[in-house]
Amino acid sequence: MSVTVYVPGDAAALALGADSVADAIVTEAARCGINIRLVRNGSRGMLWLEPLVEVSTPRGRIAYGPVAAPDVSSLFAAGCMSGGAHPLGLGITDELPWLKRQQRLACRRIGVVDPHSLDDYLAQDGGEGLRCARAMAPVEIVRAVADSGLRGRGGAAFPTGIKWQTVLDTPATQKYVVCNADEGDSGTFSDRLLMEGDPFQLLEGMAIAGLAVEATMGYIYIRSEYPHAIAALNAALDGARNWLGDFEIEVRKGAGSYVCGEETALLESLEGRRGIVRAKPPLPAISGLFDQPTVINNVMTFGSVPDILARGASHYHEIGCGRSRGTLPFQLAGNIKYGGLVEVPFGLTLRELLYDFGGGSHSGRPLRAVQVGGPLGAYLPETQFDTVLDYEAFAAIGAGLGHGGIVAFDDTVDMARQARYAMKFCAIESCGKCTPCRIGSTRGVEVIDRIRDGQAEQVELLRDLCDTMTHGSLCAMGSMTSIPVLSALDHFSEDFRGMRA
Amino acid sequence: MENLGTVLRIIAAKQTLPGALLPILHEIQEALGCIPSESVPPIAKALNLSRAEVHGVITYYHHFRQTPPGRHVVRVCCAEACQAVGGEALAEHARARLEGSDLTLEPVYCLGLCAIGPVLQIDETTLHARVTPEKFDTLMHALEEDQ
Ligand SMILES: Cc1cc2nc3c(=O)[nH]c(=O)nc-3n(C[C@H](O)[C@H](O)[C@H](O)COP(=O)(O)O)c2cc1C
Ligand code: SF4
Ligand code: FES
Repeated sequence: MSVTVYVPGDAAALALGADSVADAIVTEAARCGINIRLVRNGSRGMLWLEPLVEVSTPRGRIAYGPVAAPDVSSLFAAGCMSGGAHPLGLGITDELPWLKRQQRLACRRIGVVDPHSLDDYLAQDGGEGLRCARAMAPVEIVRAVADSGLRGRGGAAFPTGIKWQTVLDTPATQKYVVCNADEGDSGTFSDRLLMEGDPFQLLEGMAIAGLAVEATMGYIYIRSEYPHAIAALNAALDGARNWLGDFEIEVRKGAGSYVCGEETALLESLEGRRGIVRAKPPLPAISGLFDQPTVINNVMTFGSVPDILARGASHYHEIGCGRSRGTLPFQLAGNIKYGGLVEVPFGLTLRELLYDFGGGSHSGRPLRAVQVGGPLGAYLPETQFDTVLDYEAFAAIGAGLGHGGIVAFDDTVDMARQARYAMKFCAIESCGKCTPCRIGSTRGVEVIDRIRDGQAEQVELLRDLCDTMTHGSLCAMGSMTSIPVLSALDHFSEDFRGMRA
Repeated sequence: MENLGTVLRIIAAKQTLPGALLPILHEIQEALGCIPSESVPPIAKALNLSRAEVHGVITYYHHFRQTPPGRHVVRVCCAEACQAVGGEALAEHARARLEGSDLTLEPVYCLGLCAIGPVLQIDETTLHARVTPEKFDTLMHALEEDQ
């Protein structure tokens, strides 16, 4: 009989040495004459514990972490292959409070399932949503998604059911389903974790969308910065063609452009052009890829769909808070002690995430600022940490949840420098179509440099510039860059007094 | 020349894909390390585009390069979550350390490893987390030794 051992093959685990741990385990098992079955799973999302090794036992999966290759011989000596006690031992994985306090829906199989095996996926309730959808009429599928209250997880939080209804209602001989896997926001990695850790679920969600809007072709547009996720998706597709039936999916690689995460720029890029934002209308739902009606959704949006079909819209709708239904996979990042993936219903406070899950800063110093929602998201001071995590509560303080990325900074942060970076990032990534975004961002860097050099009166100019960018830009790249800049200025004005380090 | 043969083979294999330009460019860069200028005319011809359009696409995307990189490409994350844990200091250290070296240093804006920064990527294959300047030097030393 063999023992099943899990060593994550997720990019984060690899970055922390998981391959050498896996090699050491194989070698040590052979030396001890123990027969093992090694599974390279995804990450459970407790990134400070990676590489997290798990051993399957009659009591459940027992976790050890973070394991380095030199630890392996002592782990075997301690009998880890039958769950033996060791200083790195963490107990039964599913009982770890950090996981237990979450409510994982879209992410529930990540790190649990073997991402290379469709059979394992199907054995762990995968495929139920697609099976149900195949027995439903397109309008019924769309209604289920609408009734669930699911809103797009890519950032704009647009109701998914309405988008799908528009595509369904637009007649065409060819329609498309496009997955936005550009995940460009700093501080976000839930899409990556899903694609590497449970890729079949994304494919299933896209296939359901295909049935719902009568599309037979899907594309996954994924950023080039994610080679491991690209490989995982292609491998999954190889094994999934029969299961997907008539629905075809192709993986297309981006080329290092943040703005290509914006849906119309993404479509331009897929068509083989520069990723320049298109003016709307027409909406992609009416005239999208190759001018055809196109559903374009984020990875996590598609990833949420199979469960909605399998368990019913009301099951999903019962979870959450206000008009934010279901769960959101938050990502704790930056200067945080226990960083990783926290999928919880809407409704917790930011403070609960930062301290109850995150454990405060990684450095041990006080947290001073938190950027929520990526490079276009607001910097929040401590006084706003009690804000409830739902779309409306964040909008009410001029912030947004975006894709759920939460980047923590300790008290060594220089907020004028962060504001400068927001402008610089906009200057680097602007698609160039609008002058306020293209030129304004470069001016913004210069103005902030002058403020940092002591010219405090330039703050007025900075505010004017932000105003121009907010109102004169076609897309959120230009119009929302003012959010990190102004939130830094409003909440951390002491950093803008020209004491340039 | 040899490169042109590769380019023509890639074009022939991909040109019928809808939106074939990016897949073609990616494959050329994977095969040759960059997209040499002599590949522009045959791509333009095959896809019925002007040379200026093809050139415009190559230069628009940060990922594509027109000249061969150094022996290895080292990408250091310069985005916010890595900044929060010393990413800028690492990037500065890297610049100084690799000055005049035959390794290519590039910024990258997030690798999706934002809870274990600062991070870097070598040649799109290898990842390293929690990189301190000392750890950076050790990694670079190994790359330089590995001739
Ligand atoms: C500059 C910019 C970058 C964006 N980047 C992404 C991204 O990386 N991933 C994503 O899903 N949506 C991104 N979006 C949002 C998309 O435009 C779009 O709203 C989303 O793909 C719709 O899918 P959803 O409804 O499932 O969220 C971005 C938007 C802007 C303006
Ligand atoms: S705001 Fe910036 S990124 Fe958006 S369309 Fe205008 S120039 Fe392009
Ligand atoms: S910000 Fe550096 S990996 Fe995401």
